[in-house]
Amino acid sequence: MAEKNVETTGLLGWVDRRFPLTSMIKEHMSEYYAPKNFNFWYFFGSLALLVLVIQIVTGIFLVMSYKPDARFAFESVEYIMREVPGGWFIRYMHSTGASMFFVVVYLHMLRGLFYGSYRKPRELVWIFGVAIFLCLMGEAFFGYLLPWGQMSYWGAQVIVNLFSAIPFIGPELSLWIRGDYVVSDATLNRFFAFHVIAIPLVLIGLVVAHILALHEVGSNNPDGVEIKQGPKDKYGRPVDGIPFHPYYSVHDMVGVAGFLIVFAAIIFFGPEMGGYFLEYNNFIPADPLKTPPHIAPVWYFTPFYTMLRATTSDFTWVLAAAALIAAVALFIKGRLPGIWRVIVPVILLAVAVLLKVFDAKFWGVVSMGGAVVILFFLPWLDHSPVKSIRYRPNWHKVLYAIFIINFLILGWLGTQPVTPTYTLMGQVGTVIYLAFFLLMPVWSRLGTFKPVPDRVTFHAH
Amino acid sequence: MSQNTTQSDEQGAVDPNLPPDPSRRFWVASACTLGGVAGVATAVPFVGSFAPSEKARAAGAPVEADISGLAPGQMLTVEWRGKPVWIVRRTQAELDALPKHDAELADPQSERPGYTPDFAKNEYRSRKPEIFVCIGICTHLGCSPTAHFQPGPQPGLPADWPGGWFCPCHGSTFDLAGRVFANKPAPDNLEIPPYVFSADGTRVTIGVEENEQA
Repeated sequence: MAEKNVETTGLLGWVDRRFPLTSMIKEHMSEYYAPKNFNFWYFFGSLALLVLVIQIVTGIFLVMSYKPDARFAFESVEYIMREVPGGWFIRYMHSTGASMFFVVVYLHMLRGLFYGSYRKPRELVWIFGVAIFLCLMGEAFFGYLLPWGQMSYWGAQVIVNLFSAIPFIGPELSLWIRGDYVVSDATLNRFFAFHVIAIPLVLIGLVVAHILALHEVGSNNPDGVEIKQGPKDKYGRPVDGIPFHPYYSVHDMVGVAGFLIVFAAIIFFGPEMGGYFLEYNNFIPADPLKTPPHIAPVWYFTPFYTMLRATTSDFTWVLAAAALIAAVALFIKGRLPGIWRVIVPVILLAVAVLLKVFDAKFWGVVSMGGAVVILFFLPWLDHSPVKSIRYRPNWHKVLYAIFIINFLILGWLGTQPVTPTYTLMGQVGTVIYLAFFLLMPVWSRLGTFKPVPDRVTFHAH
Repeated sequence: MSQNTTQSDEQGAVDPNLPPDPSRRFWVASACTLGGVAGVATAVPFVGSFAPSEKARAAGAPVEADISGLAPGQMLTVEWRGKPVWIVRRTQAELDALPKHDAELADPQSERPGYTPDFAKNEYRSRKPEIFVCIGICTHLGCSPTAHFQPGPQPGLPADWPGGWFCPCHGSTFDLAGRVFANKPAPDNLEIPPYVFSADGTRVTIGVEENEQA
């Protein structure tokens, strides 16, 4: 069989006749045209990739000294910290990397929210992204048990018991997840397997899918304008696009340098970050008989944790009332097509009834899970005629600001002990969070939108 | 109709736009079904391997605790099946206070199923009024609540606190009979394990039903 015709010669030509190396580099790097008006918000995608690499590399080296055994796990982590040469550095990179992963991913998601990067045709890019976020949460949760400290142990106990709140199958399900009647060596071993093999494999697959889907539809930009629909040069390339490599690969190096300065500063000067990155109680070995007096998840889970705690039996009345009002409103004024106009209100009515039938404990789990799952539906919740926040009415920006501040307050509340005032604040915050998304089909189309330009706004420096 | 005769041209090439051959559909479907069944059957042992091992199941042996030295108002914690079990000798004042706050409880009579064995379905949720035995795991999400036996207002607790337990994780509160206060995250009263007293009352064995040999 004849060899494939390629333009490259020598060794590269030999490879290209057997493997699409040059064509892949062109497709994804040197001939991938990204809008020329990216700002600093566009650093966080490549930074997330950098942190993923840091986590995988440091993780491999940690596994070489760690022992996934309830008797030795805590000891082996201390061994890494005190006796393995450079072990403290590798572990602090990994523990700081976990928190920084969430920092960059939260900012990356916020960027998507601002510029409508989840809107058509980028729905799958967003959905893969939310799936990556879910994997990250799983990865962080499984990994947090491994040091076998007090917070590891009781955190895992609480989260696994979340599943026991599911009606009918719950208790059996949480037993099945733990593999024992309490969090034990069996639980530690399987969490280790998930943390080092199962989830990372899924995560890498999803990252590839996320990037492939992005490169299929092309990147969005701060103006929310499609450069592919704009003018093209005589080679058919969008004039508002520039090749990812070298322009954005070099641009991203600036982001990487800035990020590494912060990253190194944390590792060397404050790896515990005042108890937010590494909690003090986790320096005490796990004791199944004694819960620490104040337990809280790591900061990146706290907004969702607050929603879990906020769902008391009083609060389910509020949720039931909301479901009821939504059912009536959708039936009378809704724009759902055909039979859905009846089905959706009926489902909402059923939810309103079940809210008072099942325990508040179950609904706490539902609101926490729902707060994440709702993100999957964002492309279909947003009905605004423009993508980017730049061309939305000013009061939309106020709503985004309220959403962000509310999310931060929810996060702070999750680190605090429970008091009646904080519970009430958490309940108000939960309502704001859910209303922001669930009412989006209504509010996102209201107001006077600004005219969207035909081409991206860009001023050469 | 089979594809190997009439629809090939003289070079033997098959038109790529032909519809799927119906004569093969049955066998394709059969092979997929059988393969799917085999796949599911293979998944069974993998899913099953997540269940507690025989070793974990066998580890639920009863434990015995000496309560002769337990003073009124004191609490003892023993480990049973990996969980903390509390043994409290309640004072007369604490016992007298129990019925007074029934109205504030979610389930004062312990009527919800699963957490209170029949022998403990009484005012004190115990075999003997003064000795209270329960599993020290919050029925919300499994934290171990902390003891706050001192009644009265104190930081983080309600002003009319009658004495009991406070769960640090999500703020559920329990009285000295392990009954949960209403409108807290925990839905149920603390679980009472099976237990029996020795004949002289100085020992309690946890994990044994009344009619079993201790």
